[in-house]
Amino acid sequence: MGYPHPSHPDETPVISKYFGDAGARSLVGWQERGGYESLRTALATDPVEVQNVVKDSGLRGRGGAGFPTGVKWSFMKPDGKTHYLCVNADESEPGTFKDREIMRWTPHQLVEGTAIAAHAIYAETAYIYIRGEYTEPIARVTEAIREAYGAGILGANAMGSGKRVDVHVHKGAGAYICGEETALMNSLEGRRGNPRIKPPFPAVAGLFAQPTTINNVETVCAATHVLKHGADWYKSLSSPSNPRSTGTKLFSVCGNVARPGNYEVGMGFAMKDFLWDLCGGPPAGRRFKAIIPGGSSVPILTPEEAEAAVMDYEGIQAAGSLLGSGGVICFDDTQCMVRQIARLCRFYAHESCAQCTQCREGTAWTVKILERIRDGEGTMKDLDTLLEIADNMTGKTICVLSDSCATPVVSGLKKFRHEFEAKIQKNRSSVMIPSFSTAAA
Amino acid sequence: MSLHAIAPHGHDAHEAYVPVFTGARRAELDELLTRYPTRMAALLPALWMLQEDRGWVSPDGIEEVAQVLELTPAYIRGVVTFYTMYHQHPVGKHFVQVCTTTPCNVCGAEDVVTAFLKETKCGELGVTSPDGRFTIVEVECLGACGFATPVMINAALVECVSVDSVKDLVAGLD
Amino acid sequence: MTAPAPVAPANPGMVTLTIEGRTVVVPPGTNLIEAAKTAGVLIPHYCYHPSLPVAGVCRMCLVEVEKFPKLTPACATSVGEGQIVHVHSDKAREARKGVLEFLLINHPLDCPICDQAGECELQDYTFAEGRKDSRYMEPKRFNPMEDFGGDVLYVPNRCILCTRCVRFMDVVAQDPVLNVSERGDRAYIGKFEGHDLTHAWAGNVVDLCPVGALLSKDFLNKARAWELDRAASICPGCSQGCNVMIETRDNVVVRIRPRPNAAVNQHFACDVGRLDYRWINRRDRLEYPQVRTAQGLQTASWSEAIAAAAAAIAEASRVTVLASPSLSNETLFLLSRIATHVKANAVMCVPRGPEAPLAGAKDLALRAERAANHTGAGLLGFIDVIAPLAGLGAHDVVIAVDAAGALASIPDGVRVIVIGTVLDESTSASTVAALPVCNFAEEDGTFTNLRGRVQRFLQAKAPPAQVRPSYRVVSELAATAGVGTYPALAGEIFTVLAATVPAFGGLSYRTLGLQGGPAALLPEVTA
Repeated sequence: MGYPHPSHPDETPVISKYFGDAGARSLVGWQERGGYESLRTALATDPVEVQNVVKDSGLRGRGGAGFPTGVKWSFMKPDGKTHYLCVNADESEPGTFKDREIMRWTPHQLVEGTAIAAHAIYAETAYIYIRGEYTEPIARVTEAIREAYGAGILGANAMGSGKRVDVHVHKGAGAYICGEETALMNSLEGRRGNPRIKPPFPAVAGLFAQPTTINNVETVCAATHVLKHGADWYKSLSSPSNPRSTGTKLFSVCGNVARPGNYEVGMGFAMKDFLWDLCGGPPAGRRFKAIIPGGSSVPILTPEEAEAAVMDYEGIQAAGSLLGSGGVICFDDTQCMVRQIARLCRFYAHESCAQCTQCREGTAWTVKILERIRDGEGTMKDLDTLLEIADNMTGKTICVLSDSCATPVVSGLKKFRHEFEAKIQKNRSSVMIPSFSTAAA
Repeated sequence: MSLHAIAPHGHDAHEAYVPVFTGARRAELDELLTRYPTRMAALLPALWMLQEDRGWVSPDGIEEVAQVLELTPAYIRGVVTFYTMYHQHPVGKHFVQVCTTTPCNVCGAEDVVTAFLKETKCGELGVTSPDGRFTIVEVECLGACGFATPVMINAALVECVSVDSVKDLVAGLD
Repeated sequence: MTAPAPVAPANPGMVTLTIEGRTVVVPPGTNLIEAAKTAGVLIPHYCYHPSLPVAGVCRMCLVEVEKFPKLTPACATSVGEGQIVHVHSDKAREARKGVLEFLLINHPLDCPICDQAGECELQDYTFAEGRKDSRYMEPKRFNPMEDFGGDVLYVPNRCILCTRCVRFMDVVAQDPVLNVSERGDRAYIGKFEGHDLTHAWAGNVVDLCPVGALLSKDFLNKARAWELDRAASICPGCSQGCNVMIETRDNVVVRIRPRPNAAVNQHFACDVGRLDYRWINRRDRLEYPQVRTAQGLQTASWSEAIAAAAAAIAEASRVTVLASPSLSNETLFLLSRIATHVKANAVMCVPRGPEAPLAGAKDLALRAERAANHTGAGLLGFIDVIAPLAGLGAHDVVIAVDAAGALASIPDGVRVIVIGTVLDESTSASTVAALPVCNFAEEDGTFTNLRGRVQRFLQAKAPPAQVRPSYRVVSELAATAGVGTYPALAGEIFTVLAATVPAFGGLSYRTLGLQGGPAALLPEVTA
């Protein structure tokens, strides 16, 4: 539902059904709403079967990369090693705040999904890594875990299944990059949150060098509903025209928009209807200037491009951007794109872990040039330099933070170049100095 | 920050350091250690406890955590400086973090910062007000973009702060 | 994550691939940098170091591998059967050019005052493939220099955050006193106040640093890299036998650095070995041969001095050969021939000190035995003693070779033939002849380390005045004393030694090369 707004009839609230319903927070409240039935079913089912149901559902990772969840789980084999599940609740991508609401309103939904995923990958221990700024979500999830242990849902004999499922909350401490899966593992191990070089991949050597699966909060929550209602039901929630993007997706909407909030729609929803009907369009009297459809790391779209898009992995890609984490950032016609792109790059420069040369130096340099242009001190040559730096920052580093910083520069310069040029020319307009004759001086 | 921003400890006015990890705190840490296969994994939680109790992550505190977790102080310093939520210096009683990243920025977050600086008499980002009550910082995305402008005051998040609501908000803090 | 279809190996048990058009056959698991080295191809890199865990952060070693979707870091990529690797393709060169530009935007243009200039990998690669101009118009980052303690100075402005120093202290020294502090472009190498780089092997971070960010305080401003002459040598500081390079400027030793030898010291040397070199340059030397006359010790010709020494040996009722266990195998061999001929006791005194291991390296330590050739001396018949002069008296002759320290008090009547570098005042009264010889840096030779590895060292500087190599002086003494005729060159003496002493059988300077080889009778622990 479009929390904090009433649900719109075109929404398909599955994960977000109980947002705003304080009664769903407690164990009793969650059980009254059908909670933990999925977990009971899962624990009685062979992990391979659980993997297969999720595979059949077509569920793909909701953290941004969109990797098929069931396939990811199937990398984990019963090999006698200690397996770990990490749930990525380090929601830090600017424009994204869906996991926050899941944890605030339905913490047991997350605990249930976590336990199911742990079972599916032969793990007895799961860590939910929640960003340190999420004080309320941390408190809610911690309380839910406490209740679940108390009721025997978690622990040595989870729901009487004879299986051990331990779930712990691990609190982050302020670092965007810890949302990157291997950085998260380093952070959990008590290290700097530096992304790791791959291989080895987490499924081979992840957390504490053991086979590890990492899933987004929304992903494991979606899995509980898949198990409860079946793969076919899940697929029926999305547009049948694209079987590669299934089920529902939570979209966070923010920036210059009439009704910011979280909206859950079936994959394949028309973005024009989404922006105007559900979110109410731009603030009164203004027009959209730009839309970033999938969190700050994806290419910027013009309103025309965005409104023509279909909201699923393939649809947004076809429009020239990415579904990403589903954070929709709206810019209206009062915004200076140079200023906002510079600000976005400042975010990445601030959050660069400092490992890779291109990222450490390139993000900061990009910001310096953009801020100089913003302040009217830029040159036309700077625009070429920016694009070349962006190229040198793309596809060359351990993780994609560097690429993410280059993305708004490249797409911004492509679509809003006139704004950059106007900034540059504003204080440097051509002035003809009349010729003075000095011959008769 | 510069290399020399961290003042050496152990000066004349230095009071004897009272350990954090004794009694109930030690028990809490010991319980945490059972959750992980390594002692190092308890580093972030231990630093959180230190900061909760002392208001910041002091060099003495780092030395204590190093001893308890069998790490070196230099290693811990590397970790502490990676994470922005650990205070490397004492801060005001009310530590106010205003999100100014793009989604909030387009909603006027910078004006909210200005309002806080004026209302708390801090004047400058990162500087504690003369009465020791406030420190204002800009923070990168708090993950509450739909509630622009979100502001964290110590461990509490305030949604939808506007220039107009800053005055009452500050007045409501002791 | 899907594995490509396995390719049948062209060379069973090995991986065959093509790097820059050259066919390379290497063991599985070899990374592309090492594989390329075998074909004589250098893949530029900063953070990679063969003795450290792979970090993969500098991104300088990005290469193009056919069928890979994007450039791949050669340090973190294992060889694959049939791979075709391009190091100097346009894409790879452009990527390196980009990295160099990023590294330079905040790097000061202070090569003229930087100790690293001339041996700086940032300078070298920039010269080879960097941009000719700078596009950076903003102020450069500034952080002040910091004394890291020990012999190490940190110049953060030059730092490229390759983290070699951090990884060395963490993984190899196992004393993590360095860290990366802060993040983004604010990052720097940090330490904790009160915890300095005092580890016995900390000086290695200076060598590991590919740029001028970590400097040796000892070497600071002493010389430019291109002014130095270099000679391969062996550290004489203890029985480990670390391979080193002695660097001289105008015949003065100014720096000693480790020379890689996987079987002995990997890429490392301890701080004692690095910094204890000033004695090599001492000028208070015995520069001419001397003989005792009625007027005391007087300068003489070499033939007069050798004759006087030989006469003293002939007259003696008993001879003791007291040799330093830091002499070369060659000199000790000749001394042992004299000792055998005149039925002398061959003895030595071994100085000792605290052992300081490098925890993360196999069988590598500053050894308690502070002598370079204790093992070799033992193989050549020298016996450890504590008081070499005990029980000696009139009619005893001691041949003391580089053993001034062991001659603390000389019993009355004992006559001493001093063969050494410095004339000790305490011995002068009893000295019948003083024969000035080279120190180890001034001559060629071999040492046998504690694991029995025989290793060559080469002459690094010229000796002063009439000072001669120790093996030559002892060879002439042997001839004059009627012991026998031996060659005058170190390599030829070694050949005789190898033919005479079974432990050294089969070895020659040619087979030893500059990496050494094992003495036959000792198990080779480090091989």
